[in-house]
This record gives sequence, C-alpha cells and structure tokens, in this order.
Amino acid sequence: MSFLSELIKLVYQVDGDDFTAAGSASSDVKRIMKQLGMDSEITRRVTICMYEGEMNMVIHAKGGEAFVEIDDEKVKILMKDKGPGIPDLNLAMQEGWTTADETARNLGFGAGMGLPNMKRYSDEFQIETKMGEGTTVTMQIWLNGGKKVA
Amino acid sequence: MQTYFHSVTLDRDKCKGCTTCIKQCPTEAIRVRNGKARIIKERCIDCGQCIRVCPHRAKKAVCDSFDRLKNYKYTVALPAPSLYGQFHNLNDIGIILTGLTKIGFDDVFEVARAAEIISDMTRKYMTEKSNIKRPVISSACPACVRLIKKRFPELVGNVLPHAAPVDLAAMMAREQAVSKTGFLPSEIGVFFITPCPAKMTETISPVGLEKAPMDGAFSMTEVYIKLVGAMKDIKEPEIQATSGLIGIGWSISGGEGAALLNEKYLSVDGIENVIKVLEDIEDDKLNEVDFIELNACTQGCVGGCLTIENPYVAKTRVRRLMKYLPVSRNKANFDGIGEGLSWEHELEYTPVWQLDDNVQGALAKMQEINQLLKELPGLDCGSCGAPSCRAFAEDIVLGRAKEDDCIFQMRERMQYMAGTGDADEYLPPPFRNSKEGEDT
Repeated sequence: MSFLSELIKLVYQVDGDDFTAAGSASSDVKRIMKQLGMDSEITRRVTICMYEGEMNMVIHAKGGEAFVEIDDEKVKILMKDKGPGIPDLNLAMQEGWTTADETARNLGFGAGMGLPNMKRYSDEFQIETKMGEGTTVTMQIWLNGGKKVA
Repeated sequence: MQTYFHSVTLDRDKCKGCTTCIKQCPTEAIRVRNGKARIIKERCIDCGQCIRVCPHRAKKAVCDSFDRLKNYKYTVALPAPSLYGQFHNLNDIGIILTGLTKIGFDDVFEVARAAEIISDMTRKYMTEKSNIKRPVISSACPACVRLIKKRFPELVGNVLPHAAPVDLAAMMAREQAVSKTGFLPSEIGVFFITPCPAKMTETISPVGLEKAPMDGAFSMTEVYIKLVGAMKDIKEPEIQATSGLIGIGWSISGGEGAALLNEKYLSVDGIENVIKVLEDIEDDKLNEVDFIELNACTQGCVGGCLTIENPYVAKTRVRRLMKYLPVSRNKANFDGIGEGLSWEHELEYTPVWQLDDNVQGALAKMQEINQLLKELPGLDCGSCGAPSCRAFAEDIVLGRAKEDDCIFQMRERMQYMAGTGDADEYLPPPFRNSKEGEDT
C-alpha cells in the first residue's frame, strides 16, 4: 500500500504536416480527464493550454512531442519541438503578436494568442527557446487552489 | 434515481451478434454478449444510430400501440412537421391533418404552431437575458440534450432551459380540447407522431420537465401507413393548417436557427457532427456564434429513423410546402404561456464515463487501462464485443469483461497448446502474424 498517488503518463507525437490533425492530443487528454472525474473548468484550461501548444508546434515547428503527467494534485504538460526557436520571447508573449504565415492565418490560426493563452490558462508557465534548436514549454495546472480564469 | 426507459430496443431473434452497431454507437453504449447486442442503459441517448445501421433490422424503436387511443374519451394527434415531408405530390398540409381525423383521432394540433411560439420565446430569452452563457444551445433534440448531459459538463449551463415545441403543443392541445368538450384533462389523450425514438423516450422519462405533458407517442412509420390510405379519399381538407414557414421549418436542419432572425447561429446535424461542435464549444473555439441548433439526425428531424422518406427528399418537400406561407402565424402570449414550460432545474451532468467516484481510484483504474492497452492488439476488431480495444480495456477494469475475451489473448493460448508448432494455421487470416516482405 503506497500513499503516493498514481501518476498517469501520456506521450503524444504532434504531426507537423497536418493542420487538420492538430488538436487530437488535447482532445485525448480531455477525454481522459473526464473519465478521471476532474473538475470541468480545470479540464477546460488543460485542453486550451495543450491545444494552443499543439497549434504552435504545427504552425512554427513542423511538429513535436507532448508529454502529459496527471496525478491527484496537478496536470503537468511539457511540449517540446525542434523548430527554429523564438527570436524575441518578450514580443512573442504579447497578445496579438504573430509570425504565422499566410496559410495559417487564412485558416483562422495565428491570431497571436497562443503563448499568451498558454500562460493565462496555466498556473505555472515556463518557456525555453534556443535559436535553431527548438522550444520547450512547461505548464502546470493545479487541481485544487489554482487560479480562476474567466 | 429514476429507472432508465429506452425506446431503442433489441429484437433478440433477429440479432446475429455482429459488431456493426457497437462500432457505430456514438456513446459506445452497446456490447455484444452471448451473441446478442446489449445496451448499457445509462449511456444510451436514444439517437437511433444503431437502428439505422443494423443490417438485420434487429434494432427497433418501441412506441405506443394505437390501441391506447381507446382509453380516452377524446384524442388529439400532434403531428411533427417532419410528417409533412413524407408525402409525394402533396400541396396542402390540411389533407394530412384531415387524414389524421379519419384514422382514429378526434382532433389535431400542429406541433409547428407551438414551434413558432417557442421561437418567439427563444428570441425574447436571448435578448432579455444578457448574462446567460453563450452560445445558447437548443434543447429541442432530446438525443443531443442527453448527450450534453452525459458527456459535456461544461455545457449543461448553455442549454436553453425550456421544453421543446412538442411539449408546448401537448399542453395547448389538452387545454383546447378541455374547453371544446368539457371533459376532464385526464379523459383526453394527447399523442405525438414521432420521427424518432428519442422523442418517444421523452414521453416516459423526460430529460428536463418533471412529467411529460403528452400521453404517449406513435411511430411516424406506423401512422404513415394508416394515413396514405385515408388521405386518398380526401378531396377537400376539413382542417386547415395554421402554422407558418417558421414552424414547419423546424423539421429541417437550419429551421430553428433561422427562426431567431439573428445571423449569428449555427445549425448542426448528424450526431458525429454534433459531437465535434460540442467539443469545439467546450474548448472556446466557437466564440462568434450566439445560438447553436443541434439535430442528432442528418438533415434534422426529417432524418429521424422512424420516418419513411429519404431525408434529402423530405427536406426538399418541406421547403416546397414552406413556399408562399406567411412567416409565422402563432405568437407567444407571454402572460399565460410558458408556465410549466421552463425546466425547474438547470440540466445536470451525469458522469457516466467516469471511472470512479474519487480521483485516486480513477487514476488507479486509468493506469490499469493504459497498461492493458499496451497488451491489446489495437485492431479494434470488435470480436470481444466492445467497440474498440480501449473500450474493452475499460470494460475489464470496470468488471464488465475478462482479458481472455480478446481473441489475441486466445492466440497466445493456442500457441501454448500448439507447443512448438505455429498457432497461425489454426487462426483465421486477419489474426495471423504478419511476415516481413508480405504485400501490403
């Protein structure tokens, strides 16, 4: 008998070639959280964070990997890509700032809300980026006592 | 908790135990056990998808028997407007209404009339209640409402908290019959002519109201068969239709939305599309719309599995009947109307997919499921009676199945029994091991 909570580990490959497949990892996580009986507002925040991360990977980095860990205290999301990196993080974190190409914008993506939303909907947000090597975003969402996002 | 009633049932003799319905069920509510398709009652939303896809016609919708009309002194038929699209070469809805009085009903009350009033009420609700959750989701399709209740906890508050047109029609019809005949309300039988099993289920266990305002429902197919004969002899209709194009338009996808006279609506039909759109609303991806009309059936109610005509043909006919009709002929009288129409409670989420009551237990079960999934072939062959390997793994963890039910686990056993030999020769081709260099 252990007092440690079970830790669910999930790994997703985010396909960089297919716009229409983006969002499949986040909807899988959503389904799992519902089955776990997680609060629906927390589930919504996790789904949005992941979805934005997936979209970023598809638009800018030709895909990547997402690692999700769920236990009885938090959901931790790590999204890692081998894309071009972000030249100016401060700019990238501003709402509305986008470097998405026309194809992405024509499809309704690239509104410059990806990173700001990921920060807004998570309780903890970290981003590391290196030009030419890639970007890693880590987000945590607490199941209890996290922030309230309207 | 009330017991579950479902209109969708199985004809055991016809069921061959194939896997068609389990794969098509949008809520993974069916399992094959002992050669027969069994419904997990708390998951079924009565959408009728299994009825549509069953190759052996073993799935059916149970509706009321016509004999029930004898139990009342006076009976009123409530024809769904989708009925109007079932007849070839029909120009006058009055002929259908008159026909209904020839096959056993004393009177008729068009559901389309009530639909116009509900549209009125919805418009008012949308403008007056500025603080309600947007987009507002229609509550007219009971299969969709049940889907939201069971699968979309974030959206239960978006559902329009009032009854569907058929409920209002039943209330008005009964009231009208009482004042016309002087009989007691209980002596009057009010019956819906339903295009789908979901509405039949509503007459027994309604999802929003405490008690269904109608006495029962007859299958549209059954009524149609009686009606075609009776309608042939009608030269001049004795009853005139009193609904406009808004009311009749409710039978096709887009009708309810268009009736709001507000461009910012979305009309979705087909249960798979409905699920996708609900997922999008849940993820905040549909901010530009105010109202969402949902229809579990393709093309709307004309696509219900108790209708006769192909939904596309029926839709075209309904459109033709709508031509040259006044926009709306029934107005909500807000003083009297609406009482008893509003749901007493907001829709409540029933977590039928939740693995356990507490998070710890659910996490442990999920861990087990993920572990099992690694062992399973991932073919979703359905041989175990579950729609997918994932559903099967869930069933094992929830005690609804055994690991040995998987044919691939059986292969392992065969291998063991075959000793050093190859078990493949005992197995059907889809389940043999693939060899390198084989054609794909």
